[in-house]
Amino acid sequence: MSAPVILRADDTSVSLGGRSIVERARVKLRRGELAVLVGPNGAGKTTLIRALAGLLPADGKISLDDKPLTSFSPRERARRIAYLPQGNVFHWPMPVETVIALGRYPHGDPFGTPTDEDRRAVRAALKATGTEGLAKRIVTTLSGGERARVALARALATQAPVLLVDEPTVSLDPRHQLVVMEVLRDAARSGCAVLAVLHDLSLAARFANHVLLMQEGRVVTQGEVKEVLTEQRIADVFGISTHMLDLDGTRVPIPQWPL
Amino acid sequence: MLIAVLMLVSLMVGPAGLSPRTALAALLTGDGAPGIIVREIRLPRTLLAALIGATLGLSGAALQGLLRNPLAEPALFGAPQAAAAAASFVIAFGFVPATSLGAPVAGIFGALLSVGGLILIAGRRASLTVILLAGLALASFAGAVTALILNLAPNPFIALEVAFWLLGSLEDRSIEHLVIAAPFLLASWIILGLTARSFRVLALGEDAAASLGIVLVRTRLMVVIGVALGVGSAVAVAGSIGFVGLVAPHLVRRFVQSDPTRVMLPAALTGTALLLAADIAVRSVPSANELKVGVVTALIGVPVFLAMILNERRTEGTES
Repeated sequence: MSAPVILRADDTSVSLGGRSIVERARVKLRRGELAVLVGPNGAGKTTLIRALAGLLPADGKISLDDKPLTSFSPRERARRIAYLPQGNVFHWPMPVETVIALGRYPHGDPFGTPTDEDRRAVRAALKATGTEGLAKRIVTTLSGGERARVALARALATQAPVLLVDEPTVSLDPRHQLVVMEVLRDAARSGCAVLAVLHDLSLAARFANHVLLMQEGRVVTQGEVKEVLTEQRIADVFGISTHMLDLDGTRVPIPQWPL
Repeated sequence: MLIAVLMLVSLMVGPAGLSPRTALAALLTGDGAPGIIVREIRLPRTLLAALIGATLGLSGAALQGLLRNPLAEPALFGAPQAAAAAASFVIAFGFVPATSLGAPVAGIFGALLSVGGLILIAGRRASLTVILLAGLALASFAGAVTALILNLAPNPFIALEVAFWLLGSLEDRSIEHLVIAAPFLLASWIILGLTARSFRVLALGEDAAASLGIVLVRTRLMVVIGVALGVGSAVAVAGSIGFVGLVAPHLVRRFVQSDPTRVMLPAALTGTALLLAADIAVRSVPSANELKVGVVTALIGVPVFLAMILNERRTEGTES
């Protein structure tokens, strides 16, 4: 269980507009591990994941491959950390394959001529997300589930060793939620360090190797699913009662009532 | 190809009509009356139309790419208005006559001043909203200054002269106008060309683009400066020419599958073709006063644009 740590935050704090959003967070992302970050709205999950992606100035130390994150140029950082923000935004009606190829941007030369490696990476991303059939479609005409998979494919196409995704399953039907989680798990199994922000505690319990629980800007507890996602902790942090269901040997919390 | 034909037609058309053969021969040899007409009068005009059209098309495409909005247009940051205000000022108060080189020089200075002001107001880490609001404020301010100048103009003839100049025209522009504007236009092409690749990545939104290695602040500054230099100097030599910047990218977007990077070059070429065509139209329509090209681009551009929007709404249900 001690795969190498690739992205690590020690006592990382982030303030936005003079307000402290994340306080002294400690995060270790390991290759081959799917980590899941859960917590109520406003707990600071998105801010923390953006800081880990190098998109926000943060106090404290964030290191990538044992070097400070800030010592990487934007392009070097982008080759190592792929980040998928919330909402699967596509502003122009472009073909899906063009959109996914954007994941190769940090690898490209100034003229953007795709190499064989780029083409291989795009094909692999299409395959991993089951979007081969959509390659020629116009991205703005896709359904929510299709868009989510295309957005994920774009992030996978970078083939970065770290993958950070913010609420990838929001507004998806149950099947697509499971498909997306499987894609993330497969990415982890192939050696990526994956961190996903999730709201669905049952998905978190079923897929995570490591769970971080955030409340009011602090990572209040982290560890294996069975240590973190307990009835007591969930009640303390989310203010809800849960029913625990045994599913293939995993204790999966089902939200019951607000307390 | 179309552009080469339009440029040739542009050399032919005018008060003294020339055949294609005469026009070409005159261009090459410079002999006789046709030679003087073509080389001294029509060539600068044609080249200016081509360069300015390309600049307007390129600026429109760049702004639309940066803002991820097909409605963005070059006047958004106030540079053309500032150029117009500065040029009006020097004309109205008799420092220079409207046809001299003083007006374009003042106009370019005005455009640079407005860009400097914008960067100063917006600061180094400004959001797009702040830049847009500051640009809007500068544009309104420059517009008000122009109105004030017309208001205070020493006599009605000068006010009329300024007003006509503001309508936008390529009439009587000499090779010197071209020499003054060209360095700024070329600089703007280079700056905008360097940012072109970012626009495709920006289609994913600013956060995703930043995570892919785009430095947002630098991209924004480069686009603002590039557009202001190009459009500001274009206005400075030719007055305000509306709509080319907005329409040119639209006309070609569908041919590049809406790719905001690949649209840049076709948009520039379309801008060139549009402005050449408009400038030819201006000279072909018989009227006592030659029509102003800025008037024609808007008069023709608006209906074409509306037709395109209606057509788009019918054929595809795009969402942002």
